[in-house]
Amino acid sequence: MNRREFLLTAAAAAATLPALSFSGKLFAAPTSSPRFLLVFLRGGYDCNNLLVPYASDFYYESRPTLAIARPDPANPNSAIALDAQWGLNPVLRDSLLPLWQRKQIAFVPFAGTDDLSRSHFETQNNIEAGQPSAAHSFRSGFLARLSEQLTGVPAIAFTKNLPLSFQGAGKDIPNISMKAEPKARFDARQSSILSDMYKETPLAAATADGLALPGSISDDLRNEMVKASGGAPSARSFATETRRIATLMRDQYRLGFVDVGGWDTHVNQGSVSGGLANNLRNLGEGLAAYAEALGDEWNNTTVVVLSEFGRTFRENGDKGTDHGHGTVHWVLGGKVNGGRIAGEQASVNASGLLQNRDYPVLNNYRDVLGGLLGRTWGLSGSQLQHVFPQAQPKDLQLV
Amino acid sequence: MNPASTQPKRLRSPRLILLTAGLLLACAASAQPAVTPTPAPGSTDVRWLQRATFGIDSASLASYRQLGRQRWLDAQLADHDDTLPPAISALIASYPAVSTPPEELLDKEAEARRQLKAMPDGDAKVAAKKDLQKQSRELAQQAQQAELLHAIYGSNPLKEQIVWFWLNHFSVYAAKGRVRLVAADYEEHVIRPHALGKFRDLLLATLKSPAMLEFLDNAKNVKGKTNENYARELMELHTLGVGSGYTQQDVQQLALILTGAGIAPKTPRRFERAGRGRFGHQQAAVMREGLFVFNPQKHDFSDKVLFGQRIRGRGYEEIEQALQLITRQPACAQFVSRQLAEYFVADQPPPTLVDAMAKTFKQTDGDIAAVLRTMFDSPELLADNAKKFKDPTQFLVSAMKLTYDGQPISNAQPLVNWLNQMGEPVFGRITPDGWPVDGASWSGSGQMASRFEVARAIGSGRNKLFMVDSPENAAADTPRQRPIAPAMDTALYHAVIEPYLSESAKVALGKAATVAEWNTYLLSSPDFNYR
Repeated sequence: MNRREFLLTAAAAAATLPALSFSGKLFAAPTSSPRFLLVFLRGGYDCNNLLVPYASDFYYESRPTLAIARPDPANPNSAIALDAQWGLNPVLRDSLLPLWQRKQIAFVPFAGTDDLSRSHFETQNNIEAGQPSAAHSFRSGFLARLSEQLTGVPAIAFTKNLPLSFQGAGKDIPNISMKAEPKARFDARQSSILSDMYKETPLAAATADGLALPGSISDDLRNEMVKASGGAPSARSFATETRRIATLMRDQYRLGFVDVGGWDTHVNQGSVSGGLANNLRNLGEGLAAYAEALGDEWNNTTVVVLSEFGRTFRENGDKGTDHGHGTVHWVLGGKVNGGRIAGEQASVNASGLLQNRDYPVLNNYRDVLGGLLGRTWGLSGSQLQHVFPQAQPKDLQLV
Repeated sequence: MNPASTQPKRLRSPRLILLTAGLLLACAASAQPAVTPTPAPGSTDVRWLQRATFGIDSASLASYRQLGRQRWLDAQLADHDDTLPPAISALIASYPAVSTPPEELLDKEAEARRQLKAMPDGDAKVAAKKDLQKQSRELAQQAQQAELLHAIYGSNPLKEQIVWFWLNHFSVYAAKGRVRLVAADYEEHVIRPHALGKFRDLLLATLKSPAMLEFLDNAKNVKGKTNENYARELMELHTLGVGSGYTQQDVQQLALILTGAGIAPKTPRRFERAGRGRFGHQQAAVMREGLFVFNPQKHDFSDKVLFGQRIRGRGYEEIEQALQLITRQPACAQFVSRQLAEYFVADQPPPTLVDAMAKTFKQTDGDIAAVLRTMFDSPELLADNAKKFKDPTQFLVSAMKLTYDGQPISNAQPLVNWLNQMGEPVFGRITPDGWPVDGASWSGSGQMASRFEVARAIGSGRNKLFMVDSPENAAADTPRQRPIAPAMDTALYHAVIEPYLSESAKVALGKAATVAEWNTYLLSSPDFNYR
């Protein structure tokens, strides 16, 4: 089945089903249908110490304490060469490098927004809204609008609060954090009394989902965890969370969102050890665990990792970096056209910097994601315009 | 006058009798014998009071009835009465985070870290490290508890809301560096004294606070090694708002102005030498205030240009000049007014109201009480029956006020845990933008479920609010008293909730099998969760 056929089938199937706000098993999508997970790194991660421009002398001049050494087989703390220009932070050797070798991950440097505020909050909101920065309407996110264009594609946010990305869908998009195993707290009688109070309010679906979801999910997870307890990571790691997410994305949901904080490294950022390295290692392990836990369905999965902006190319006086602009997006998945650095690129030297400060953006996230999501679900031009108004979807042939 | 005649007829709870006695006392103490009896509050009064308080309790209802709206508002904004019940004061005073001077807390921790560093590796060192972490975690929790106790029991409920608002507006994250050691000080001695004063004084107080200097890295912003983190957030989040016209250049210039503003180190003697001319700035003095220090040795003395205006490089005075310039930008009046209106009035507040507030802000040079008065006097506050969904803090505080109505608790840790569970802990926002205050951010499905659970924990009495924290009680095998669900069918309920209950809430309450369930449904109802 190609994607267009899938959409038609799904639409036909949806027409025969009753309208359910709660999108669990009752509304299970065909197993082989595409899955998309957005991983939002909040805080503006330092892409220059993920994807190391090791061919650039300017990088080494700019980062006397933060630079990661040029690839050197004798030095385990040196960058791992991905091509003649770019190296990978060695903390990702065990997690992401195998995906790169299997050509299941691509990096898109010089990516980001046209928002030059260099404000975390403004830029995060801008990205999640997915609208042209001037015309940014209140509380409508691009994943919510994408969800409106898709049928048979149940959506969920794996977060404590519903992120802006998923707000304004005109239907309830459930949210639940997978950091701990969820449990149902009210019995069926109490749940129905509680949700009945909200029946005539805009929160009717959120209330019903909120009461029903933990119970339904925890059964599935418990079965799953019994099966997959061998070699499981520690209870509090991101990998535990992504394994739970994988179970739900494999069986019940097709469009997901999760965010990871702690990337705002103004002070003592470190290179192959320290705060940023720990975060990257944790993230890499989580993504590798996600790929593994999806099993065969990894082949129908795309994961995009992005952040609001990159950081200053030069390190600051506190062995950290300040707010920058262009960043590196990651695209992972079983069928991703990976093992390459994709998109437009600029030279990495002083003259290539924007405002003598940070990476320029040559690959606008709305255009890149538009192209990617369009291919994933076979969306028409007008559908994409609904998701990303006025974008010019750019097909980097990532999927 | 006979205030009791305004009460519902059913005199059955002891609390009602207390309330009546309190009203009589309040009236007897009044200096004006000719106070017109105020009738039972109507729907508009209740709705107004729900915005002006963190949730209505008997005490605020009684004072409102006695004074009427205008005089009640006058009294709140005048900020003369900011007290706590003695039992709650005593509880807060028992927290080392509150009772120990911040200098001493920082010194003690520095000393503990030195000792830890000197220890040989091994089990003893691991244990000492854990102990130190536990102590600082406890200090952070005590700061959270103190703030919540103020919010629930403070005698000026309007001020309590604005204190929380500013804590959130000037958000600091307790788990970063030494912030946890000074979080209680931040609430008590930085935000609270300025909460209803001039905005510029409040801003300057936060600038000089060790909590902010640590959180946004200005303690590390020094000549030749600038760190622009705080300079940026000061304009973006605290005063002007993003997109208001300042540029990257302004951010960098403000960062230079702020160089040298930091936290005093342990030995002040090193500083006294600093101003003596090694760098040719004899006239620029070291400026100290509490833990704040302006160190000329670390300051960039070049001239700066902020918003096109030249600021002569001369030391600490540059900072005051810059704040004056920033807080007098029209964008500042507009931004702060809009944020206040979003919190108190509506997710999308009427522009006419924001404009009126901004006008007051400009006319009074940023007088916070005056801006609030414009807001509370305005017809837009309650226009179109618009409701606002309570954020978790508003939900928790108002639930505590309705359920326990002034009865002092003896253990505030459950309050902290509940806010963690609902995702809005005070001093717990990692990023400096503070928690969002719009409905959509707090009404997702996961949020609703957590909120109902907290409603049950409060309403069922199955909580440790009245447990005394003692070693015996901490022992796992201590038999616990059977929890008693608090009686919520009170005079307060009959006065401010029952007459306005929706049909669906009445139906739910009618289906409650136990008192605990009845309470849970009431606190979970849309009627209670919107204000």
